[in-house]
Amino acid sequence: MRPDGPQPVERQLPTDEAHELMALVRDLARREVRPRAAEEEDAGVFPRGVFTTLGTSGLLGLPYPQEYGGGDQPYEVYLQVLEELAAARLTVAMGLSVHTLSCFGLAEYGTKEQREQYLPAMLGGQLLGAYCLSEPNAGSDAASLRTRATRDGATWTLNGGKAWITHGGIADFYTVLARSGAEGPRGITAFLVPGDAAGLSAAPPERKMGLKGSPTAQIHLDGVTVDDGRRIGEEGQGFGIALAALDSGRLGIAACAVGVAQAALDEALAFLAGRRQFGRPLSDFQGLRFMLADMATAIEAGRALYLTAARLRDAGRPFSKEAAMAKLLCTDNAMKVTIDAVQLLGGYGYTADFPAERYLREVKVLQILEGTNQIQRMIIGRHLLGPETRA
Amino acid sequence: MSLRIVVCVKYVPDATGDRHFAEDLTTDRDAVDGLLSELDEYAVEQALQISEASDDAEITVVTVGPEEANKDGLRKALSMGADKGVHVVDDALHGSDVMGTSLVLAKAVEHVGYDLVVCGMASTDGTMGVLPALLAERLGVPQVTLLSEVAVADGQVTGRRDGDTATERLAASLPAVVSVTDQSGEARYPSFKGIMAAKKKPVEELQLSDLGIEADLVGLGGAWTAVDSADARPARTAGTIVKDEGEGGKQLAAFLAERKFI
Repeated sequence: MRPDGPQPVERQLPTDEAHELMALVRDLARREVRPRAAEEEDAGVFPRGVFTTLGTSGLLGLPYPQEYGGGDQPYEVYLQVLEELAAARLTVAMGLSVHTLSCFGLAEYGTKEQREQYLPAMLGGQLLGAYCLSEPNAGSDAASLRTRATRDGATWTLNGGKAWITHGGIADFYTVLARSGAEGPRGITAFLVPGDAAGLSAAPPERKMGLKGSPTAQIHLDGVTVDDGRRIGEEGQGFGIALAALDSGRLGIAACAVGVAQAALDEALAFLAGRRQFGRPLSDFQGLRFMLADMATAIEAGRALYLTAARLRDAGRPFSKEAAMAKLLCTDNAMKVTIDAVQLLGGYGYTADFPAERYLREVKVLQILEGTNQIQRMIIGRHLLGPETRA
Repeated sequence: MSLRIVVCVKYVPDATGDRHFAEDLTTDRDAVDGLLSELDEYAVEQALQISEASDDAEITVVTVGPEEANKDGLRKALSMGADKGVHVVDDALHGSDVMGTSLVLAKAVEHVGYDLVVCGMASTDGTMGVLPALLAERLGVPQVTLLSEVAVADGQVTGRRDGDTATERLAASLPAVVSVTDQSGEARYPSFKGIMAAKKKPVEELQLSDLGIEADLVGLGGAWTAVDSADARPARTAGTIVKDEGEGGKQLAAFLAERKFI
C-alpha cells in the first residue's frame, strides 16, 4: 500500500522515453524551479535562468519535429510536462506554454525554407517567444484587432499596439497578428517579428494579482519593418492560424491549471496530516476529508479531460470542442480547489508564508486568458448547435 | 591516442526513501527505488569536462550491481554524455562488501582498459569513501583522492584537495585513480536528446566468470565484514521546550552544556 500524504501523480505515458523525460522534469522542478518560486514571485523576478536550463535540457520544443530541433513528443506527453512544471511554479509553465504557442504558427504554417531558417533557433532553447493577438480594444473580440500591416514590395510595416503580452519586453521573438486587409477575420496576417526590431517597444509591465514573476506588458509597434520572408502563412490567413494556435494553447492552460490545483491539494494534504486539533490530526475529520476527496476528484477529472483532448489531437482528429471543454473545466476546477486549499489551511492559508494563497491568486488568471471561460462556453455551444443566428 | 576515462558509479537506494535491511541484513533493494548515487554524478561531470577539454577521449561508465543498476543507474550517466557502459551483474555478488566490490571493479576496469579512473568521494548508502584507494591499490596505480578540482594534461592528472588545515595541489602520472568531491562543480542535467541517445549506447554485461573471479571471494560469504544485528532507529521523541520567563537563555545554555555542545 502506498504511504499516506501527497504522492507523485501516477502518470499514463506512451513510451519509456516519456517516463524518463518525466523523471528529468521532476528532477528539474524539484531542484531548479520550486525552491525559488515563492521568493521570486513575491519580488516579481522572472526566472530567465530556469528557461535556459529548460532549453539546454531540450524542453523548449517538445511537441515540434526533431528535424528542426524539437522533441517529437505527442501533446499527451508535452502537456503532462507542463502540468509538472506548473505544480512547481506557474510562471515557468505558463512561459513554456506561451513560448510553444508562439512557435506554433511558423511550425505549422511556415514554408519549408522558413522552418529551416527560423525554427531551430526558436526551439533550440536559447530564445524565448511571445504571442501578440490581443489589443487594448480587441480582447474576446480578437477579430476586431486594429494593428496595421502595410506592404511595400517585399517589406511590411507594422503599426499599432498589443496588450496582455506574456514575456512582453523580454521576448526574443514575437508572433504578431496584424490587419493587412479589410475589416473582419479575413483581413488578418501573421508575422514573426524579432525582439530587437527597431520600433518595437514595451510599456512597463502590468501590476497583476498573481503571476508576478511573469512580465505581462503592452507592446508598441511603431513603424516596425519586417521582410516578407517573415510573413507566416498566406495574407489573410492570420486569424485562422491564431485560432488553431489557441486550440492547442488552451490545452496548455488546462494542464497548467491542473498542475497548480495538484500543488494546492498536496499542500492541504500535508498540512492536515501535520496539524492536530481536538486531540486528533485534522485529517481525521470527515468533513475535511470530504473536501479533500472532492478536490482530488476535480483534479483527476480535469486531467482526464485534457488528456482526452490531447489524444484526439495526437491522432490527427478534431479536438477544438474538447480543448475548450478542458480549458473551461480545468481552470474552473483549479479555482475551486485553490479556494478550498486556503480554507483547509485556515488562517495559515491566508498568509503569504504558505503557498496556498499564491496558488489561488495565480489560477484566477487562467479563467481569463487564452479565451475567457465565457468564450469557451460560447465555443462549446457552437460545436453543439452551430453558429448563433442573431447578427 | 584517445584518452580512456573510466567512471565507477554505484546504483543506490534513494536516500529520501524509507530504507530497510532485508532478512539477511543486506540492503532491502525491493522496498525502495534505486538511482545513480548523487555523489557519483560529480565524477561523471568531471569526466565529461576532462573529455570536452581533450581532443580525443572516451568515457566508459562501470557499475557492479543488481539488474536494475543498468536502467536506473548506468543510463543516467550515459544520458549525461558518457559513451558506453559496463555492468557486472551476478547473483553471487549479493551481499558484497567494499573488498569484494573493489576486486570486481578492478577487474572490470582492467577489462575495459583505462588511462584515468574517476570515482565519487563516497557512495550515498555505504558512505565508506575507501573504494577509490582500494581500487588504486588493486590496480597498482597512483591515487589522488578527494579532489575539488581536476584536470588532465601531458600524461598527468592534477588537482586540488581542500583539507581542514591546508589546500594541497597534487599530481600523478597516468594511469591513475582519482576521486572528486561534491565541491568539484554541479553535475549537469541530462538533456532529452541525451536520454534518447543513451538508449542506443552500448552496455556490456559481464558475469564474474567473464572477469575470472572466483565466486567465493565476493558476496556475503567473501565479505571481510559481517552485520550481526540491526535495529530500526527508535522513533523521535518530543523535544524539550524552553519557555523564556526571564531565565530562558540560562536554561538553553544549561541544556546545551549538559549535552556537551558548549
